[in-house]
Amino acid sequence: MLMRGSHVIAESAIRAGCRFYAGYPITPQNELTEYMAGAMAKVSDATFIQAESEIAAINMVLGAAMTGARAMTSSSSPGLSLKQEGISFLAASELPAVIINTMRGGPGLGNIAPAQGDYFQATKGGGHGDYHSIVLAPASGQEQADLTVKAFECADRYRSPVIILIDGMMGQMMEPVILPEPIDPRSLPPKSYILNGASQRPSRFIKSLILDTRDMEEHNWKLQRKYESITRDLILHESYLTNDANLVVIAYGTAARIAKGAIKRVREMGLKVGLLRPISLYPFPKGAIVELSRIVKHFLVFEMSTGQMVEDVKLSLEGRSKVHFYGRPGGIISTPDEISKVISSLYYRQNLEEEQ
Amino acid sequence: MEKKVFERPKLLKKAVFHYCPGCGHSILHRLIAEIIEELDIAHKVVGVPPAGCAVLAYDYLDIDMGESPHGRCAAVATGIKRSLPDRVVFTYQGDGDIAAIGTAETIHAANRGENITTIFVNNGCYGMTGGQMAPTTLIGQNSSTTPGGRDYARDGAPIDLSEMLALTKGSVYIERTTVNSPANIRKTKRAITRAFKIQMAGLGFSLVEVLSPCPTNWKMNTVDSCKWIEETITKTYPLKVIKDTVGDKIQ
Amino acid sequence: MLKKTVFAGFGGQGVLMMGYLYAVAAMREGKEVTYLPSYGAEMRGGTANCTIAVSDEEIFSPVASSPDHAVILNNPSLIKFESALTRGGLIVLNSSLVDRKTSRDDITVYRVPANELAKKHFNDDRSVNIIMLGGFIAATKMTSIESIVKALHEIFKGKKSDIMAINEKSLTLGAELVIKGA
Repeated sequence: MLMRGSHVIAESAIRAGCRFYAGYPITPQNELTEYMAGAMAKVSDATFIQAESEIAAINMVLGAAMTGARAMTSSSSPGLSLKQEGISFLAASELPAVIINTMRGGPGLGNIAPAQGDYFQATKGGGHGDYHSIVLAPASGQEQADLTVKAFECADRYRSPVIILIDGMMGQMMEPVILPEPIDPRSLPPKSYILNGASQRPSRFIKSLILDTRDMEEHNWKLQRKYESITRDLILHESYLTNDANLVVIAYGTAARIAKGAIKRVREMGLKVGLLRPISLYPFPKGAIVELSRIVKHFLVFEMSTGQMVEDVKLSLEGRSKVHFYGRPGGIISTPDEISKVISSLYYRQNLEEEQ
Repeated sequence: MEKKVFERPKLLKKAVFHYCPGCGHSILHRLIAEIIEELDIAHKVVGVPPAGCAVLAYDYLDIDMGESPHGRCAAVATGIKRSLPDRVVFTYQGDGDIAAIGTAETIHAANRGENITTIFVNNGCYGMTGGQMAPTTLIGQNSSTTPGGRDYARDGAPIDLSEMLALTKGSVYIERTTVNSPANIRKTKRAITRAFKIQMAGLGFSLVEVLSPCPTNWKMNTVDSCKWIEETITKTYPLKVIKDTVGDKIQ
Repeated sequence: MLKKTVFAGFGGQGVLMMGYLYAVAAMREGKEVTYLPSYGAEMRGGTANCTIAVSDEEIFSPVASSPDHAVILNNPSLIKFESALTRGGLIVLNSSLVDRKTSRDDITVYRVPANELAKKHFNDDRSVNIIMLGGFIAATKMTSIESIVKALHEIFKGKKSDIMAINEKSLTLGAELVIKGA
């Protein structure tokens, strides 16, 4: 069916067994909260709360996650800044939750147009302490449905917060979507850590305070080992026309769609250009980029920011190939035409047409 | 025939309290353990400790507990209670936690009539961090950030959160007690028991504010601390039932 | 073949619904579709518009910097979108409300007196958007009229049959009475 991105995520979440949602109004993601308000009311064991603040919303999710519920909150950039406290506690207490960030122009209040300025915040921890959230970046309506289901699965499997990073365009755009089959959360495997009253078992506590420095260090290494296993198992990316490419564009989400359109144009002009689209931003598809660098000597990172993911590309390549950057921050949506000009001028400047 | 008249409550773990001598937390932990045992709800109770001295409550209380970020106990408890409506959920918070950084979460949880119980331990300072001024610190009271005493012009007046919460439609029972004497400890026990019963009957938000001594940060001995509560603190924070719309429905 | 169409008018003229019907019809014909509404901080007033891209292949950008078609329901929308239209593009105007002349000679213009038709046949302005959609479909053949009718039934499932009859009649009126020429 033809469905708005924010509604796709909301409906897919409920179908994935989400039974607790707390949110706070912020544009451009109000449609998600409003959809949840209507749809959760029709699910007998589900809770929807319009919280008094972003901070309250994420902490309600923290509480719901302690009981084992599949829980979610959503917001847009300034709201995510407020939620960082809760996300740090979720990561520290090893609790699952799904958080949607419909990114908008920033910093500060910024604007409500599509942007990608929250990459660092999402992928590098964002709150205090040594942790990561899993970060997924869909680029279509269907992927928003599929990755929402995956987000809940990963959150439970790794007992970790999972952030779905979209922007106003992804959230507002309608595309044909096949929605996931609904599951009954009661059919999910029981969780060994939940708080529901110490009946027929010893009492439990969930905490993140670890005063003993050696224990705290060990907990940090434990989290790190988890991130290593996430990095082994969970990397997602799409390669488009990279086989014979002399130049590969790296972009995610909305920027990747625009880049794809641009690549189609420059291919028609005979330029050998491909696209690598990270779908998981954390873990980052480092291996795929390194693999490409055996042949590809030039990468162009395109972001709707002043350059954030480009740092991960450079870290992945460790100088193996040249990394170029083109960015449009502030809510500007480039046209494929604009990006095709950026690509072709780079291509000719670097004499890539001679590299055969 | 010997008769045992006093023993460690079953739900109090065999650990030595880390609290300072004369601190009210140890008394309150014991009361909570006794009450949960007497109400026979250990199998369905979930507690939410705060950031602050009492963050380690889970080291002492043998019940399910989930730690909250500083001030967010009411939001965390909301998430727990809404997901498990038939459990008994309580928060345990200090005055800095509940009346400064967590004011919004607390007022809105009360206003929604969240069916939870809050135990609000008011000792007039930030105990764990070294006795800084709390929103409840009295005018003229010394603290590590109000040398020379709290000054109204500079620091504002002590806040009465319980009275504020009483204004919300969703709160049904709010009482202020203290643990400075055996009689007052018994009154406190009755109040917390009543609050739990109100929650178990599904009647709405309940809170017991407990004026609690902090001899270390007050720089007093235990006896003087208890006396200071009696003679000074209760002038600003009188002991009373602040709100009770439940009446005889709960005995 | 990728074609991007902008539907634009006052808020309240049913512009978003018009685009949505078209997008659903194209989807049911097996085409790739994206629908992108404009969104702003303001709740009411001003212009509303949406962009629908229809293609046989994967659609990359849902944004139209130079749309192929524009369906224009009022003067401000003509001012806003006329210059952006691609060379050789096509514009369908609501001639009841748009009294401005188009200034380009490299585009094709169609006209539908949608408000007059709606008044005359239904004594009501509400079907203006459907009349315009009929005109657009007749002018571009982007989908069949039958697909739009099916989309109407799908979207207004459960609505009264007389409303459906008005909608179908509106489509036909627009399709029959669209006039080529500025």
